[in-house]
Amino acid sequence: MNKDSLIKYILGIADNSLILGQRLGELTGHGPTLEVDIAMTNISLDLFGQVRSYFQYAAQLSEEDKTEDDFAFLRTEREYVNVLLVEQPNRDFGYTIARQFLFDHFHFLLLNEMQNSKDETLVAIAKKSLKEVSYHRRFSSDWVKRLGDGTEESKRKIQLAINDLWRFTEELFQKTDADLEAIKAGIGVETDRIKAKYLENVSAVLEEATLQKPELEFFQEGGKKGIHSEHMGYLLSDMQYMQRTYPGMKW
Amino acid sequence: MSEQEVKNLEEIFEAKIARDEKIEPKDWMPEKYRKTHIRQISQHAHSEIVGMLPEGNWITRAPSLRRKVALLAKVQDEAGHGLYLYSACETLGISREELYEQLHSGKAKYSSIFNYPTVTWADMGAIGWLVDGAAIINQVPLCNTSFGPYARAMVRVCKEESFHQRQGYEIMLTLCRGTEEQKQMAQDALNRWWWPSLMMFGPTDAESTHTEQSMKWKLKRKTNDELRQQFIDQTVPQAEILGLTIPDEDLKWNEETGQYDFGKINWNEFWQVVKGHGPCNKERLQTRVDAWENGEWVRDAAMAYSEKQTAKKVQKAS
Repeated sequence: MNKDSLIKYILGIADNSLILGQRLGELTGHGPTLEVDIAMTNISLDLFGQVRSYFQYAAQLSEEDKTEDDFAFLRTEREYVNVLLVEQPNRDFGYTIARQFLFDHFHFLLLNEMQNSKDETLVAIAKKSLKEVSYHRRFSSDWVKRLGDGTEESKRKIQLAINDLWRFTEELFQKTDADLEAIKAGIGVETDRIKAKYLENVSAVLEEATLQKPELEFFQEGGKKGIHSEHMGYLLSDMQYMQRTYPGMKW
Repeated sequence: MSEQEVKNLEEIFEAKIARDEKIEPKDWMPEKYRKTHIRQISQHAHSEIVGMLPEGNWITRAPSLRRKVALLAKVQDEAGHGLYLYSACETLGISREELYEQLHSGKAKYSSIFNYPTVTWADMGAIGWLVDGAAIINQVPLCNTSFGPYARAMVRVCKEESFHQRQGYEIMLTLCRGTEEQKQMAQDALNRWWWPSLMMFGPTDAESTHTEQSMKWKLKRKTNDELRQQFIDQTVPQAEILGLTIPDEDLKWNEETGQYDFGKINWNEFWQVVKGHGPCNKERLQTRVDAWENGEWVRDAAMAYSEKQTAKKVQKAS
Protein backbone atom coordinates (compact mmCIF):
# COMPACT_ATOMS: atom_id res chain seq x y z
CA MET A 1 0.00 0.00 0.00
CA ASN A 2 1.25 3.51 -0.65
CA LYS A 3 2.71 5.61 2.11
CA ASP A 4 -0.04 8.20 2.15
CA SER A 5 -2.70 5.58 2.75
CA LEU A 6 -0.57 3.94 5.43
CA ILE A 7 -0.19 7.31 7.17
CA LYS A 8 -3.94 7.75 7.02
CA TYR A 9 -4.45 4.31 8.47
CA ILE A 10 -2.03 5.08 11.31
CA LEU A 11 -3.75 8.37 12.09
CA GLY A 12 -7.05 6.54 12.27
CA ILE A 13 -5.67 4.56 15.19
CA ALA A 14 -3.45 7.21 16.75
CA ASP A 15 -6.02 10.01 16.83
CA ASN A 16 -8.24 7.98 19.14
CA SER A 17 -5.44 7.75 21.68
CA LEU A 18 -4.54 11.40 21.21
CA ILE A 19 -8.02 12.76 21.81
CA LEU A 20 -8.86 10.38 24.64
CA GLY A 21 -5.50 11.13 26.28
CA GLN A 22 -6.29 14.82 26.00
CA ARG A 23 -9.72 14.35 27.59
CA LEU A 24 -8.21 12.40 30.49
CA GLY A 25 -5.54 15.05 30.89
CA GLU A 26 -8.29 17.54 31.74
CA LEU A 27 -9.06 15.53 34.86
CA THR A 28 -5.64 15.40 36.47
CA GLY A 29 -5.99 16.92 39.92
CA HIS A 30 -9.77 16.57 39.95
CA GLY A 31 -10.31 12.86 40.57
CA PRO A 32 -12.77 11.45 43.12
CA THR A 33 -9.85 9.95 45.06
CA LEU A 34 -6.12 10.39 44.84
CA GLU A 35 -5.72 6.79 43.70
CA VAL A 36 -8.19 7.21 40.83
CA ASP A 37 -6.56 10.49 39.89
CA ILE A 38 -3.20 8.77 39.60
CA ALA A 39 -4.64 5.84 37.67
CA MET A 40 -6.42 8.03 35.12
CA THR A 41 -3.38 10.21 34.61
CA ASN A 42 -1.48 7.00 34.03
CA ILE A 43 -3.90 5.97 31.30
CA SER A 44 -3.53 9.39 29.73
CA LEU A 45 0.25 9.00 29.83
CA ASP A 46 0.07 5.55 28.24
CA LEU A 47 -2.14 6.87 25.46
CA PHE A 48 0.16 9.80 24.72
CA GLY A 49 3.11 7.43 24.73
CA GLN A 50 1.37 5.35 22.09
CA VAL A 51 0.48 8.46 20.12
CA ARG A 52 4.12 9.45 20.00
CA SER A 53 5.13 6.06 18.61
CA TYR A 54 2.45 6.24 15.91
CA PHE A 55 3.15 9.84 14.95
CA GLN A 56 6.89 9.33 14.89
CA TYR A 57 6.32 6.45 12.52
CA ALA A 58 3.95 8.55 10.41
CA ALA A 59 6.52 11.37 10.32
CA GLN A 60 9.14 8.92 9.16
CA LEU A 61 6.86 7.70 6.37
CA SER A 62 5.90 11.20 5.32
CA GLU A 63 7.49 12.68 2.21
CA GLU A 64 7.32 16.09 3.82
CA ASP A 65 9.57 17.19 6.65
CA LYS A 66 7.13 16.48 9.47
CA THR A 67 7.44 15.80 13.19
CA GLU A 68 5.18 14.08 15.68
CA ASP A 69 4.01 17.51 16.82
CA ASP A 70 2.89 18.52 13.34
CA PHE A 71 0.48 15.60 13.39
CA ALA A 72 -0.64 16.31 16.92
CA PHE A 73 -1.07 20.07 16.81
CA LEU A 74 -1.16 21.43 13.30
CA ARG A 75 -4.05 19.81 11.56
CA THR A 76 -7.46 21.37 11.06
CA GLU A 77 -10.42 19.85 12.83
CA ARG A 78 -11.54 18.17 9.61
CA GLU A 79 -8.20 16.40 9.38
CA TYR A 80 -8.48 14.58 12.71
CA VAL A 81 -9.98 11.14 12.20
CA ASN A 82 -10.71 9.92 15.73
CA VAL A 83 -14.06 8.35 16.49
CA LEU A 84 -16.76 10.52 18.04
CA LEU A 85 -16.74 8.46 21.22
CA VAL A 86 -13.32 9.61 22.47
CA GLU A 87 -13.98 13.33 22.05
CA GLN A 88 -17.10 13.27 24.24
CA PRO A 89 -16.69 15.52 27.28
CA ASN A 90 -16.06 14.55 30.90
CA ARG A 91 -19.60 15.22 32.07
CA ASP A 92 -19.06 13.30 35.27
CA PHE A 93 -17.13 10.26 36.47
CA GLY A 94 -19.82 7.98 35.08
CA TYR A 95 -19.37 9.35 31.57
CA THR A 96 -15.61 9.29 31.86
CA ILE A 97 -15.65 5.65 32.88
CA ALA A 98 -18.30 4.63 30.34
CA ARG A 99 -16.36 6.29 27.53
CA GLN A 100 -13.16 4.61 28.68
CA PHE A 101 -14.85 1.24 29.05
CA LEU A 102 -16.48 1.31 25.61
CA PHE A 103 -13.22 2.35 24.03
CA ASP A 104 -10.83 0.09 25.98
CA HIS A 105 -12.61 -3.09 25.00
CA PHE A 106 -12.36 -2.10 21.36
CA HIS A 107 -8.79 -0.89 21.71
CA PHE A 108 -7.68 -4.13 23.31
CA LEU A 109 -9.13 -6.32 20.57
CA LEU A 110 -7.77 -4.02 17.86
CA LEU A 111 -4.23 -4.16 19.22
CA ASN A 112 -4.50 -7.86 19.79
CA GLU A 113 -5.22 -8.32 16.08
CA MET A 114 -2.66 -5.74 15.06
CA GLN A 115 0.04 -8.04 16.39
CA ASN A 116 -0.51 -10.05 13.21
CA SER A 117 0.03 -7.10 10.90
CA LYS A 118 2.56 -7.33 8.10
CA ASP A 119 3.93 -3.99 9.21
CA GLU A 120 6.66 -4.63 11.76
CA THR A 121 6.50 -1.20 13.35
CA LEU A 122 2.79 -1.53 13.96
CA VAL A 123 3.35 -4.99 15.41
CA ALA A 124 5.94 -3.57 17.81
CA ILE A 125 3.66 -0.73 18.88
CA ALA A 126 0.75 -3.15 19.31
CA LYS A 127 2.77 -5.49 21.50
CA LYS A 128 3.97 -2.72 23.74
CA SER A 129 0.58 -1.00 23.96
CA LEU A 130 -1.35 -4.18 24.57
CA LYS A 131 0.10 -4.57 28.05
CA GLU A 132 -0.99 -1.04 28.89
CA VAL A 133 -4.41 -1.35 27.36
CA SER A 134 -5.17 -4.59 29.12
CA TYR A 135 -4.65 -2.64 32.33
CA HIS A 136 -6.91 0.19 31.07
CA ARG A 137 -9.59 -2.33 30.22
CA ARG A 138 -9.39 -3.86 33.66
CA PHE A 139 -9.52 -0.46 35.33
CA SER A 140 -12.57 0.77 33.43
CA SER A 141 -14.39 -2.58 33.62
CA ASP A 142 -13.83 -2.75 37.37
CA TRP A 143 -15.27 0.72 37.75
CA VAL A 144 -18.28 -0.10 35.59
CA LYS A 145 -18.93 -2.98 37.99
CA ARG A 146 -18.42 -0.83 41.08
CA LEU A 147 -20.71 1.89 39.83
CA GLY A 148 -23.26 -0.52 38.39
CA ASP A 149 -23.48 -2.67 41.49
CA GLY A 150 -22.69 0.10 43.98
CA THR A 151 -25.42 2.48 45.14
CA GLU A 152 -28.73 3.42 43.54
CA GLU A 153 -27.27 6.73 42.50
CA SER A 154 -24.14 5.28 40.94
CA LYS A 155 -26.17 2.68 39.08
CA ARG A 156 -28.41 5.38 37.64
CA LYS A 157 -25.46 7.51 36.61
CA ILE A 158 -23.40 4.81 34.94
CA GLN A 159 -26.45 3.37 33.17
CA LEU A 160 -27.28 6.84 31.85
CA ALA A 161 -23.73 7.30 30.59
CA ILE A 162 -23.67 3.87 28.93
CA ASN A 163 -27.02 4.56 27.30
CA ASP A 164 -25.89 7.95 26.04
CA LEU A 165 -22.53 6.83 24.71
CA TRP A 166 -23.71 3.59 23.17
CA ARG A 167 -24.69 5.47 20.01
CA PHE A 168 -21.01 6.00 19.26
CA THR A 169 -19.96 2.34 19.45
CA GLU A 170 -20.90 1.38 15.92
CA GLU A 171 -18.39 3.82 14.48
CA LEU A 172 -15.53 1.96 16.16
CA PHE A 173 -15.89 -0.79 13.56
CA GLN A 174 -16.42 1.40 10.53
CA LYS A 175 -13.86 1.29 7.80
CA THR A 176 -12.48 4.20 5.83
CA ASP A 177 -10.87 3.81 2.43
CA ALA A 178 -7.47 3.80 4.10
CA ASP A 179 -8.67 1.06 6.46
CA LEU A 180 -9.83 -1.06 3.55
CA GLU A 181 -6.53 -0.62 1.75
CA ALA A 182 -4.59 -1.51 4.89
CA ILE A 183 -6.71 -4.63 5.42
CA LYS A 184 -6.13 -5.67 1.81
CA ALA A 185 -2.39 -5.24 2.25
CA GLY A 186 -2.41 -7.44 5.34
CA ILE A 187 -1.40 -4.46 7.48
CA GLY A 188 -4.72 -3.29 8.89
CA VAL A 189 -7.13 -4.98 11.24
CA GLU A 190 -10.40 -6.30 9.82
CA THR A 191 -12.70 -4.83 12.44
CA ASP A 192 -15.59 -7.11 11.36
CA ARG A 193 -13.66 -9.89 13.00
CA ILE A 194 -13.57 -8.28 16.42
CA LYS A 195 -17.08 -6.85 16.57
CA ALA A 196 -18.82 -9.96 17.89
CA LYS A 197 -16.15 -10.46 20.50
CA TYR A 198 -16.44 -6.80 21.50
CA LEU A 199 -20.17 -7.06 22.08
CA GLU A 200 -19.70 -10.29 23.95
CA ASN A 201 -17.02 -8.85 26.26
CA VAL A 202 -18.83 -5.59 26.88
CA SER A 203 -22.10 -7.40 27.54
CA ALA A 204 -20.46 -9.74 30.02
CA VAL A 205 -19.16 -6.82 32.09
CA LEU A 206 -22.47 -4.99 31.91
CA GLU A 207 -24.25 -8.09 33.09
CA GLU A 208 -21.88 -8.55 35.99
CA ALA A 209 -22.39 -4.87 36.78
CA THR A 210 -26.16 -5.51 36.85
CA LEU A 211 -26.58 -2.99 34.02
CA GLN A 212 -28.67 -3.13 30.87
CA LYS A 213 -27.08 -3.33 27.47
CA PRO A 214 -28.74 -0.60 25.40
CA GLU A 215 -30.65 -1.63 22.29
CA LEU A 216 -30.37 1.06 19.68
CA GLU A 217 -31.67 1.38 16.19
CA PHE A 218 -29.66 4.42 15.17
CA PHE A 219 -25.99 5.21 15.70
CA GLN A 220 -23.81 8.27 15.24
CA GLU A 221 -20.78 8.45 13.02
CA GLY A 222 -18.58 11.02 11.35
CA GLY A 223 -15.38 11.32 13.33
CA LYS A 224 -13.51 8.89 11.11
CA LYS A 225 -14.39 11.12 8.17
CA GLY A 226 -13.30 14.20 10.07
CA ILE A 227 -16.83 15.37 10.80
CA HIS A 228 -16.77 15.82 14.55
CA SER A 229 -19.15 16.78 17.30
CA GLU A 230 -19.24 20.40 18.41
CA HIS A 231 -17.09 19.47 21.39
CA MET A 232 -14.07 18.84 19.22
CA GLY A 233 -13.28 22.43 18.26
CA TYR A 234 -12.92 23.49 21.88
CA LEU A 235 -10.72 20.54 22.68
CA LEU A 236 -8.48 21.46 19.76
CA SER A 237 -8.34 25.15 20.55
CA ASP A 238 -6.93 24.22 23.95
CA MET A 239 -4.60 21.59 22.61
CA GLN A 240 -3.29 23.69 19.72
CA TYR A 241 -3.14 26.97 21.61
CA MET A 242 0.63 27.23 21.94
CA GLN A 243 1.47 25.96 18.47
CA ARG A 244 -1.05 28.32 16.89
CA THR A 245 -0.11 31.37 18.96
CA TYR A 246 3.64 30.94 18.54
CA PRO A 247 4.10 29.28 15.17
CA GLY A 248 7.35 27.54 14.34
CA MET A 249 8.98 27.76 17.76
CA LYS A 250 10.79 25.02 19.68
CA TRP A 251 9.63 24.17 23.18
CA MET B 1 0.45 6.58 83.79
CA SER B 2 2.28 8.20 86.69
CA GLU B 3 4.23 11.38 86.25
CA GLN B 4 7.45 9.46 86.78
CA GLU B 5 6.56 6.91 84.09
CA VAL B 6 5.84 9.66 81.60
CA LYS B 7 9.10 11.29 82.48
CA ASN B 8 10.96 8.03 81.88
CA LEU B 9 9.29 7.59 78.51
CA GLU B 10 10.17 11.14 77.59
CA GLU B 11 13.78 10.52 78.47
CA ILE B 12 13.92 7.37 76.37
CA PHE B 13 12.27 9.28 73.53
CA GLU B 14 14.64 12.25 73.68
CA ALA B 15 17.65 9.93 73.92
CA LYS B 16 16.51 8.07 70.82
CA ILE B 17 16.27 11.30 68.84
CA ALA B 18 19.65 12.40 70.13
CA ARG B 19 21.15 9.10 68.90
CA ASP B 20 19.59 9.80 65.48
CA GLU B 21 17.34 6.78 65.81
CA LYS B 22 13.95 6.90 64.15
CA ILE B 23 10.67 7.25 65.99
CA GLU B 24 8.19 4.76 64.55
CA PRO B 25 4.37 5.04 64.63
CA LYS B 26 3.97 2.45 67.40
CA ASP B 27 6.64 4.01 69.62
CA TRP B 28 5.57 6.18 72.49
CA MET B 29 5.80 9.88 71.63
CA PRO B 30 4.80 13.08 73.39
CA GLU B 31 1.43 14.41 72.32
CA LYS B 32 3.03 17.61 71.10
CA TYR B 33 5.37 15.65 68.85
CA ARG B 34 2.41 13.81 67.35
CA LYS B 35 0.43 17.00 66.80
CA THR B 36 3.34 18.92 65.33
CA HIS B 37 4.01 16.08 62.92
CA ILE B 38 0.39 15.76 61.89
CA ARG B 39 0.39 19.48 61.22
CA GLN B 40 3.60 19.55 59.24
CA ILE B 41 3.16 16.32 57.26
CA SER B 42 -0.44 17.08 56.36
CA GLN B 43 0.47 20.61 55.36
CA HIS B 44 3.10 19.09 53.14
CA ALA B 45 0.63 16.55 51.69
CA HIS B 46 -1.93 19.28 51.04
CA SER B 47 0.73 21.33 49.29
CA GLU B 48 1.39 18.45 46.92
CA ILE B 49 -2.28 18.04 46.10
CA VAL B 50 -3.06 21.73 45.72
CA GLY B 51 0.25 22.07 43.89
CA MET B 52 -1.10 19.80 41.16
CA LEU B 53 -3.56 22.50 40.15
CA PRO B 54 -1.40 25.37 38.86
CA GLU B 55 0.57 22.96 36.70
CA GLY B 56 -2.45 20.86 35.81
CA ASN B 57 -3.76 24.09 34.33
CA TRP B 58 -1.32 23.65 31.42
CA ILE B 59 -1.65 19.93 30.69
CA THR B 60 -4.22 20.43 27.95
CA ARG B 61 -2.18 23.27 26.44
CA ALA B 62 1.37 21.92 26.63
CA PRO B 63 3.19 22.99 23.47
CA SER B 64 4.54 19.61 22.35
CA LEU B 65 3.82 15.94 22.97
CA ARG B 66 7.13 15.55 24.78
CA ARG B 67 6.29 18.42 27.14
CA LYS B 68 2.76 17.20 27.63
CA VAL B 69 3.91 13.75 28.69
CA ALA B 70 6.55 15.20 31.01
CA LEU B 71 4.03 17.56 32.60
CA LEU B 72 1.45 14.82 33.08
CA ALA B 73 4.09 12.64 34.69
CA LYS B 74 5.21 15.47 36.93
CA VAL B 75 1.74 16.31 38.17
CA GLN B 76 1.16 12.61 38.69
CA ASP B 77 4.33 12.43 40.78
CA GLU B 78 2.88 15.16 42.96
CA ALA B 79 -0.26 13.11 43.47
CA GLY B 80 2.02 10.22 44.42
CA HIS B 81 3.86 12.41 46.93
CA GLY B 82 0.53 13.45 48.37
CA LEU B 83 -0.46 9.82 48.67
CA TYR B 84 2.56 8.70 50.63
CA LEU B 85 2.62 11.78 52.79
CA TYR B 86 -1.03 11.27 53.69
CA SER B 87 -0.19 7.65 54.44
CA ALA B 88 2.71 8.71 56.65
CA CYS B 89 0.38 11.12 58.41
CA GLU B 90 -2.28 8.45 58.89
CA THR B 91 0.20 6.38 60.93
CA LEU B 92 -0.10 9.11 63.57
CA GLY B 93 -3.73 8.21 64.15
CA ILE B 94 -5.68 10.55 61.91
CA SER B 95 -7.75 9.53 58.89
CA ARG B 96 -7.45 10.85 55.38
CA GLU B 97 -11.03 12.11 55.56
CA GLU B 98 -10.18 14.17 58.62
CA LEU B 99 -7.12 15.55 56.89
CA TYR B 100 -9.15 16.53 53.83
CA GLU B 101 -11.76 18.07 56.07
CA GLN B 102 -9.06 20.25 57.63
CA LEU B 103 -7.90 21.34 54.20
CA HIS B 104 -11.38 22.04 52.88
CA SER B 105 -12.46 24.00 55.93
CA GLY B 106 -9.34 26.16 55.69
CA LYS B 107 -8.06 24.94 59.04
CA ALA B 108 -5.00 23.32 57.54
CA LYS B 109 -2.59 25.32 55.45
CA TYR B 110 -0.69 24.47 52.30
CA SER B 111 2.23 26.19 50.65
CA SER B 112 1.23 29.72 49.67
CA ILE B 113 3.15 29.57 46.43
CA PHE B 114 0.32 27.61 44.83
CA ASN B 115 -2.01 30.55 45.26
CA TYR B 116 -0.37 32.31 42.34
CA PRO B 117 -1.76 31.83 38.85
CA THR B 118 0.08 30.09 36.00
CA VAL B 119 -0.50 32.45 33.12
CA THR B 120 2.01 31.36 30.49
CA TRP B 121 3.80 28.20 29.48
CA ALA B 122 7.02 29.65 30.93
CA ASP B 123 5.44 29.31 34.35
CA MET B 124 5.87 25.55 33.97
CA GLY B 125 9.58 26.19 33.67
CA ALA B 126 9.73 28.74 36.47
CA ILE B 127 7.80 26.53 38.87
CA GLY B 128 10.07 23.58 38.23
CA TRP B 129 13.21 25.63 38.49
CA LEU B 130 12.34 27.94 41.38
CA VAL B 131 9.48 26.39 43.31
CA ASP B 132 10.78 22.85 43.16
CA GLY B 133 14.26 24.22 43.72
CA ALA B 134 13.14 25.95 46.90
CA ALA B 135 11.13 22.89 47.94
CA ILE B 136 14.23 20.69 47.65
CA ILE B 137 16.24 23.00 49.88
CA ASN B 138 13.43 22.88 52.42
CA GLN B 139 13.01 19.14 52.13
CA VAL B 140 16.43 17.54 51.82
CA PRO B 141 17.08 17.92 55.57
CA LEU B 142 13.79 16.09 56.20
CA CYS B 143 15.24 12.89 54.77
CA ASN B 144 17.00 12.64 58.15
CA THR B 145 14.15 13.83 60.30
CA SER B 146 13.29 11.86 63.44
CA PHE B 147 9.88 10.46 62.46
CA GLY B 148 10.56 7.31 60.40
CA PRO B 149 7.61 7.28 57.96
CA TYR B 150 8.13 10.96 57.12
CA ALA B 151 11.88 10.57 56.63
CA ARG B 152 11.40 7.58 54.33
CA ALA B 153 8.70 9.32 52.30
CA MET B 154 10.97 12.33 51.92
CA VAL B 155 13.82 10.29 50.46
CA ARG B 156 11.59 9.38 47.56
CA VAL B 157 10.01 12.81 47.28
CA CYS B 158 13.39 14.52 47.10
CA LYS B 159 14.65 12.23 44.34
CA GLU B 160 11.65 13.06 42.20
CA GLU B 161 11.74 16.75 43.05
CA SER B 162 15.29 17.11 41.88
CA PHE B 163 14.29 15.51 38.59
CA HIS B 164 11.42 18.00 38.34
CA GLN B 165 13.73 20.86 39.04
CA ARG B 166 16.09 19.87 36.24
CA GLN B 167 13.11 19.48 33.95
CA GLY B 168 11.88 22.98 34.84
CA TYR B 169 15.29 24.47 34.29
CA GLU B 170 15.47 22.76 30.93
CA ILE B 171 12.15 24.35 29.93
CA MET B 172 13.63 27.75 30.87
CA LEU B 173 16.82 27.00 28.97
CA THR B 174 14.87 26.08 25.85
CA LEU B 175 12.87 29.30 26.09
CA CYS B 176 16.00 31.39 26.64
CA ARG B 177 17.66 29.87 23.61
CA GLY B 178 14.53 30.40 21.55
CA THR B 179 13.02 33.49 19.99
CA GLU B 180 12.93 36.93 21.59
CA GLU B 181 9.28 36.34 22.42
CA GLN B 182 10.14 33.13 24.24
CA LYS B 183 12.93 34.77 26.16
CA GLN B 184 10.60 37.52 27.26
CA MET B 185 8.11 34.92 28.36
CA ALA B 186 10.83 33.33 30.51
CA GLN B 187 11.87 36.67 32.00
CA ASP B 188 8.28 37.55 32.80
CA ALA B 189 7.82 34.22 34.57
CA LEU B 190 10.97 34.78 36.62
CA ASN B 191 9.74 38.26 37.53
CA ARG B 192 6.48 36.88 38.82
CA TRP B 193 7.80 33.76 40.61
CA TRP B 194 11.02 35.06 42.15
CA TRP B 195 9.67 36.80 45.23
CA PRO B 196 6.97 34.28 46.04
CA SER B 197 9.69 31.60 45.83
CA LEU B 198 11.76 33.44 48.44
CA MET B 199 8.69 33.57 50.64
CA MET B 200 8.47 29.77 50.51
CA PHE B 201 11.08 29.60 53.27
CA GLY B 202 8.67 31.25 55.63
CA PRO B 203 8.95 34.34 57.82
CA THR B 204 12.30 35.64 59.00
CA ASP B 205 13.83 33.80 61.95
CA ALA B 206 12.81 36.58 64.29
CA GLU B 207 9.15 36.06 63.34
CA SER B 208 9.15 32.28 63.07
CA THR B 209 7.28 30.58 65.89
CA HIS B 210 8.08 26.92 65.39
CA THR B 211 11.82 26.95 64.82
CA GLU B 212 13.30 26.01 68.18
CA GLN B 213 11.18 22.96 68.94
CA SER B 214 11.39 21.82 65.33
CA MET B 215 15.17 21.97 65.43
CA LYS B 216 15.18 19.73 68.47
CA TRP B 217 13.04 17.11 66.76
CA LYS B 218 15.08 17.38 63.57
CA LEU B 219 12.05 18.61 61.69
CA LYS B 220 14.32 21.49 60.88
CA ARG B 221 18.09 21.58 60.60
CA LYS B 222 18.57 25.13 59.41
CA THR B 223 16.59 28.29 59.98
CA ASN B 224 14.31 29.92 57.42
CA ASP B 225 16.80 32.69 56.74
CA GLU B 226 19.69 30.28 56.28
CA LEU B 227 17.73 28.20 53.80
CA ARG B 228 16.56 31.30 51.93
CA GLN B 229 20.14 32.49 51.61
CA GLN B 230 21.21 29.08 50.34
CA PHE B 231 18.48 29.21 47.69
CA ILE B 232 19.49 32.66 46.51
CA ASP B 233 23.18 31.80 46.36
CA GLN B 234 22.42 28.71 44.37
CA THR B 235 19.88 30.26 42.00
CA VAL B 236 21.56 33.53 40.97
CA PRO B 237 24.29 31.81 38.93
CA GLN B 238 21.64 29.65 37.27
CA ALA B 239 19.77 32.78 36.18
CA GLU B 240 23.04 34.12 34.76
CA ILE B 241 23.46 31.01 32.62
CA LEU B 242 19.94 31.56 31.32
CA GLY B 243 20.75 35.19 30.60
CA LEU B 244 17.82 36.32 32.74
CA THR B 245 17.73 39.15 35.26
CA ILE B 246 16.63 38.53 38.83
CA PRO B 247 14.01 41.19 39.60
CA ASP B 248 15.84 42.65 42.59
CA GLU B 249 17.81 45.87 42.21
CA ASP B 250 19.51 45.32 45.56
CA LEU B 251 20.85 41.92 44.68
CA LYS B 252 24.64 42.12 45.00
CA TRP B 253 27.50 39.73 45.66
CA ASN B 254 29.01 40.46 49.04
CA GLU B 255 32.74 39.67 49.09
CA GLU B 256 32.88 39.81 52.86
CA THR B 257 30.13 37.33 53.64
CA GLY B 258 30.64 35.27 50.49
CA GLN B 259 26.91 35.47 49.88
CA TYR B 260 24.44 37.54 47.93
CA ASP B 261 22.81 40.49 49.63
CA PHE B 262 19.25 40.90 48.53
CA GLY B 263 16.37 43.35 48.70
CA LYS B 264 13.49 43.55 51.10
CA ILE B 265 10.81 40.91 50.88
CA ASN B 266 7.26 42.22 50.80
CA TRP B 267 5.99 40.55 53.97
CA ASN B 268 2.62 42.22 53.61
CA GLU B 269 2.06 40.23 50.48
CA PHE B 270 3.27 37.10 52.24
CA TRP B 271 0.77 37.47 55.07
CA GLN B 272 -2.00 38.47 52.71
CA VAL B 273 -1.60 35.20 50.80
CA VAL B 274 -1.12 33.11 53.95
CA LYS B 275 -4.32 34.54 55.34
CA GLY B 276 -6.25 33.46 52.29
CA HIS B 277 -6.25 36.56 50.14
CA GLY B 278 -3.78 35.65 47.41
CA PRO B 279 -4.73 35.75 43.73
CA CYS B 280 -5.93 32.11 43.63
CA ASN B 281 -6.62 31.04 47.24
CA LYS B 282 -10.35 30.86 46.67
CA GLU B 283 -10.09 29.04 43.34
CA ARG B 284 -7.58 26.47 44.59
CA LEU B 285 -9.58 25.57 47.65
CA GLN B 286 -12.85 25.54 45.74
CA THR B 287 -11.35 23.21 43.14
CA ARG B 288 -10.30 20.77 45.86
CA VAL B 289 -13.69 20.96 47.54
CA ASP B 290 -15.46 20.45 44.20
CA ALA B 291 -13.34 17.41 43.36
CA TRP B 292 -14.12 15.94 46.77
CA GLU B 293 -17.83 16.67 46.67
CA ASN B 294 -18.28 15.59 43.04
CA GLY B 295 -16.47 12.39 43.90
CA GLU B 296 -18.62 11.52 46.87
CA TRP B 297 -21.08 9.34 44.97
CA VAL B 298 -18.15 7.54 43.38
CA ARG B 299 -16.51 6.77 46.72
CA ASP B 300 -19.87 5.72 48.15
CA ALA B 301 -20.38 3.38 45.21
CA ALA B 302 -16.96 1.82 45.68
CA MET B 303 -17.68 1.28 49.35
CA ALA B 304 -21.12 -0.20 48.74
CA TYR B 305 -19.74 -2.49 46.04
CA SER B 306 -16.95 -3.70 48.24
CA GLU B 307 -19.39 -4.43 51.08
CA LYS B 308 -21.61 -6.39 48.72
CA GLN B 309 -18.64 -8.39 47.47
CA THR B 310 -17.54 -9.20 51.01
CA ALA B 311 -21.09 -10.26 51.91
CA LYS B 312 -21.18 -12.54 48.86
CA LYS B 313 -17.90 -14.15 49.89
CA VAL B 314 -19.13 -14.72 53.41
CA GLN B 315 -22.33 -16.24 52.05
CA LYS B 316 -20.35 -18.58 49.81
CA ALA B 317 -18.09 -19.65 52.62
CA SER B 318 -20.94 -20.57 54.96
